[in-house]
Parts: sequence; structure tokens; C-alpha cells
Amino acid sequence: MLSISNLHVSVGDKPILKGLTLDVPAGEVHAIMGPNGAGKSTLGYALSGRPGYEATDGAVAWKGEDLLALEPAERAAKGVFLSFQYPIEIPGVPALTFVRTALNAQKRARGEDEVSAPAFLKMVKAASAALKMDFDMLKRPLNVGFSGGEKKRMEILQMALLEPSLLILDETDSGLDIDALRIVADGVNALRSPDRAMLVITHYQRLLDYIKPDRVHVLAAGRIVASGGPELALQLEAEGYDKYLPQAA
Amino acid sequence: MAAVKETIEAVAALEKYEHGFTSDIDTEYAPKGLSADIVRFISEKKGEPEWMLEWRLAAYERWLAMEEPTWAAVKYEPVDYQDLFYYAAPKQKEGPKSLDEVDPELLAVYEKLGIPLKEQAVLAGVEGAPRYAVDAVFDSVSVVTTFKAELAKVGVIFMPISEALREHPELVRKYLGSVVPVSDNYFAALNSAVFSDGSFVYIPPGVRCPMELSTYFRINASNTGQFERTLIIADKGSYVSYLEGCTAPMRDENQLHAAVVEIVALDDAEVKYSTVQNWYPGDPATGKGGIYNFVTKRADCRGDRSKVSWTQVETGSAITWKYPSCILKGEESSGEFYSIAITNGRQQADTGTKMIHLGKNSRSRIIAKAVSAGKSDSTYRGLVSVHPKATGVRNFTQCDSLLIGKECGSHTVPYIEARNGSAQLEHEATTTRLSDDQLFYAQQRGLSQEEAVALLVNGFVRDVLQELPMEFAVEAQKLVAISLEGSVG
Repeated sequence: MLSISNLHVSVGDKPILKGLTLDVPAGEVHAIMGPNGAGKSTLGYALSGRPGYEATDGAVAWKGEDLLALEPAERAAKGVFLSFQYPIEIPGVPALTFVRTALNAQKRARGEDEVSAPAFLKMVKAASAALKMDFDMLKRPLNVGFSGGEKKRMEILQMALLEPSLLILDETDSGLDIDALRIVADGVNALRSPDRAMLVITHYQRLLDYIKPDRVHVLAAGRIVASGGPELALQLEAEGYDKYLPQAA
Repeated sequence: MAAVKETIEAVAALEKYEHGFTSDIDTEYAPKGLSADIVRFISEKKGEPEWMLEWRLAAYERWLAMEEPTWAAVKYEPVDYQDLFYYAAPKQKEGPKSLDEVDPELLAVYEKLGIPLKEQAVLAGVEGAPRYAVDAVFDSVSVVTTFKAELAKVGVIFMPISEALREHPELVRKYLGSVVPVSDNYFAALNSAVFSDGSFVYIPPGVRCPMELSTYFRINASNTGQFERTLIIADKGSYVSYLEGCTAPMRDENQLHAAVVEIVALDDAEVKYSTVQNWYPGDPATGKGGIYNFVTKRADCRGDRSKVSWTQVETGSAITWKYPSCILKGEESSGEFYSIAITNGRQQADTGTKMIHLGKNSRSRIIAKAVSAGKSDSTYRGLVSVHPKATGVRNFTQCDSLLIGKECGSHTVPYIEARNGSAQLEHEATTTRLSDDQLFYAQQRGLSQEEAVALLVNGFVRDVLQELPMEFAVEAQKLVAISLEGSVG
């Protein structure tokens, strides 16, 4: 479903991803683990089309289409969703307004009917209850004054409402206490389905106790250096990333 | 929210300046240029009483002796005051009594602008017809005023000021120039000499005006200055909400708009005055053309506990020079100023407010939001002044600037004069750039770049949009989106 081959991405003049190759079949959850500075967040940004993250070589095919040729909004409409490591505050725009505007923009791009206000409210009520979120919070400007945990829940809520097919979770566990982590993980697991692919980017194994990956990949120095089953995550937890780090010359 | 959806649709669907059309209306002009004879011509056209002509001539004399102000942070080619028409009126039957008698061509213009003049439609309960009264001013004259009869039932007077001079001369004479004296400033003196129309509003004691009142200004004729004069009197314990809207065709030459608005609020009266200003801003690339908007707006909170609230959304004009102010004479009187000034292309805006605290325990609140894009330049200029005898004064001022791109400018120039030690004055100011993080975040969720800018800017100005009457808030929200089209490269 997602096929990345020999991807090189530079930020400014600095190469970050240096020949990353990865396939995620439909219905699977793949974890990307790696030390700090390996290029994990860069992978998320490159897939979602953040300006300044330039692909200098390689290709990304998403459902058979050249993903790198699309604008960020076009990618979103085709199902790409990035849950941000640090969700952005949008002053003056109520969370509800933001999400509905985004949802309808995507629907328009896909030539679908827009969601009416009452239907949208119904969707939000159900989704926010599942994530144990206070509905009144959604009337406040998006992420402004939200705690770290609230922001992460807000990301998952958006994910649930926008119903993407490529779900990229960037360090979703950071800043979450154990209860919040469980709720968020439940929210993510509820979205697992045979027609979705999921990339879970994380530094720690902890999150993978709750979101069970089909495959685990180690990203170091801009490339996938090892791949395996869930047991690889446990091994990393025990041994650390040292053996994947470039040896001092 | 429907409003946001509409904003986005507006961005997608509309041209950059949608009101730029010219209408071919048979027009009567005064000879070009300005002289005492032109002042007499205008006065005679309006059938004014002798005292009014003398008032105008005195203003003209004062104007001759004054110099155009240069202190504002705006640059423009000098105006040739002899190369303008000071009076341009669509030819029609003398004072149409009802909508049926108004030139259909004129009605078509307003229909195209989306201004509801069809009182009958509203009265007949036609779905979607907004229920507010409109005075439509076309170039130099008022062409129609709706709902006059219905308003008269509760004693509210809403009519063109030229008509008020004939029908209620005592009220006009008592209040005209009492807030903005003829010699107040260069443009106010010019306006006093040559103003041709505008709206007159009187709300009797204790009356809450049953509907929104609005005046819609349209400059159509070329090389013509528009000098409108609005006078609003809210008698004791009354309330009125008033809205002004403006548009003009796209023309290569600059056009002058020098208006004066005077508001008088007596004891316990409240006036809410909202403006959605969308004059043609000139060509965004070259800066050619556009309206010079040199306007004096002032409210006199004469009565105790009186309250005046100015809300303005300034998106148009090549140059804006405008400081809606409040003189807070009454004890516990209060003044508010909520402003959104959006500049794009080569627009320049120097706008703000003056809150003059004379009364004890008077309060004021200023929220000014400036959004600058393109190569435009925006200045907030404000004065908060506290008289030595005014004890217990409070003011809160917040000025926020948002910059889009790297070639625009934004400046905040607050003047504060506190001559009484008990005054509590607060001033907050921020300047931020539209952040790439926010833009990308919104785009990642499915918004195009322009939709993302519109949404973020609407968020930035939300505090002020909320102060507008609802129908106009939606309108203004669309305008924000349109004004910023093409602002992110």
C-alpha cells in the first residue's frame, strides 16, 4: 500500500534520510524505532509534504500513486494523516471549526458531499466520548492552553474524524501518562483495519505494548538498518540503539 | 461553522475585488473644481436653509487657510483639489418617494452588490431577506432609504441628511458640527464645505431601535470625491446599532473619500457603530488607483453612563487615514474601539482611535488587529488621554499585528497622556508572523494554502469579528479571505 524506495531527503543542505526503503502493506502496523536524530520525524514530514523537506532522490508510491508529486492538502485528501509530535496551537479557531473545515475541504477535494453541522456534531460527540474528552474543550481554540496529553488526544480525535488510510504517528506517547496512553492507544487500535496502513514512530518500546506492531524497523543515520517482528522492539529496549549507531572512525 | 465554510468558498469562487464594476448611470455633475460658487451650487441643489449655506461657506474659508496634514505614516501623490467633481448625482425624478420610483438601473447596482433595498420583500416575509433598514448613497446623493415609515412609528428618524435639513432643521442645527467642529482638521473642514449627503439618525428617549440601521456608500462616477456626512443622535436611554458599508469601481486614478461621522450619546444611551470598508484598494502590483479614505469619525459621550462602540473592518482603500474616537464626557461613560485593518498589495493604512477621558470613572477598551501582507504598510496610531479632573478612569488597549510575508510593515504608535494619578491604563502589543508551522499543520489536515491563510487570519481577528452584528460578521469573514488572496507566495 505504501512503498518507499531509496528515499533521500534533505533539510536545507543537510541530508537526513539517505536511501530509506520500506514497504507497508494494507492492514499492517509498522513501528519505526531509532535513536534521536536518526530522521524519524523527517520521515513523517517528508511523507506528508512539509515544505523544506525536499526529496532529492528515490520514490514514494501510495496506493500506486507518486506521493511526492502532491501538495500537502492533496495528500491529506488521499488519506495521509500525520499525528504531530508537537501539535500546533491555532489561536482564535475553535477546535470544532478547525476539524470540520478540514474534513469538508478533504471531502470537496474527493468530490464527496460535505458534512452538515448537525451530522458533524453527532460524529464529534461519539468520537470525543470514546477518547474521554470533555466536549466543551472542543469549543476552545485548537490546542491553545491544552496540556500535552490533551493535545495528543486532540490529534487522535482528528484522526478518527478524518478517517485517513495512511496513519503516521510521530512520538504519540511522549507527554502522556499511563492512563492517557491507554486511552490514546485504544483510539488508535480502533482505527486498525484491512484497508489502512499505519506507521508508528517512537523512541521507546512502551507504546508498542499498547499498539501491537506487525513489523518493527530500526531507523538509524537516515536508513532502515534492521527489520523484524515485535520481538525486535523488546530487544532494542533491552540493548539500546548502540549497535546501530555509526562507529566512530 | 457555516461562516468558515463560506469563507473558504469565497476564496475559491471570487475575483480579487468583486465590486470593481462600473455602472452606466446617467449622472449630473457640478462643474469641476472647488470654489465658493461650488459650495453655493451644492447648497442650492439640496434646497438648504440660508444658515446652512453660511455654515458651509465659513467652513470653506477655514479650509482655504489650512494645510493638508502630513504626520500620518502614509505616502501618496498630492491631491489636486481643483481636478475633482464635488457633486455627482444620478439623474432621477426629484426625491423618489418609494422604491418603485427609483431608477431600475440604480436598483440593479445595489442588487449586484447584494444590498437589500427591497423593503416589500422583507415585509412580505420573503425568505432570506435580511431585516435591516438601508440608506443607499450613490456618489453624492442618497437614492433610497428603506423602512422609514416603520421606524417612524417608534419615533426613530432615519433619512438622508439633506432631507433632515429640510424636515428637522432644529435637530440638525443643534448637533451638526458639535462633535467635529468645521475647523477640526483639513479633511473635516473640506467635508463641512461640500458634503452632499449621508445619513441622519435620531433615536428618541428610551427607544431601542427595532432594527439595524445601515448606510451603503457607493462611489461610481470617475474623478469624483465623495463627501458624506453622518449624524447620529441617541437621546437619553436609547439604543441603536448602525452599520456602514462601502465599495467603489476599479479605476486607474485615485478617488477621494473624505467623510465625517458625528455621534452624540446622551445619558444612558448606547450606540454601536460598525463599518465594513471595502473601497477599491488599487492595483495590487503597481499600486495604481484606489480610494484615498480620509475620514473623521468621532463620538461624543455627552451623557452619564453613555456608551459608544466603534467596530471597523478595514480591508479596502489605497490609503486609509482614520481614527474613530470617543470623547468620554459623561460620568461612567464608556468607549470601545474594535478594529481589523487588513492591508495587501501596496495599500497603506494609518488608523487607530482616540479615547479622551473627561468624565469621572469613564472607561475605554481598544482592541486593534492589523494584518499586513504583500508590500503594504499598516500603522496603529492611538491616543488615550485622561483629564486632570477625571478620577477613576480605566483603559485597556491591545494591539496585535500579524505579518504575512517579508515585504510588509506594521507599526504601533500609542500615545498615552495621564494627568490624573488614579487612572489605570493598560497597554499590550504583540507582533507575530504567520507561522509556517501553523500553515503546514492546517494544510496537513486538508486545507489548501489559501484556505489555511484565511482560517488562520480569521482566527487572529476573531475577537473583533465577534463584535459585529451577525450578518455582517459573515460578510466580513469572507472579505478577510478575499483581501488576502495571493498573499502567500
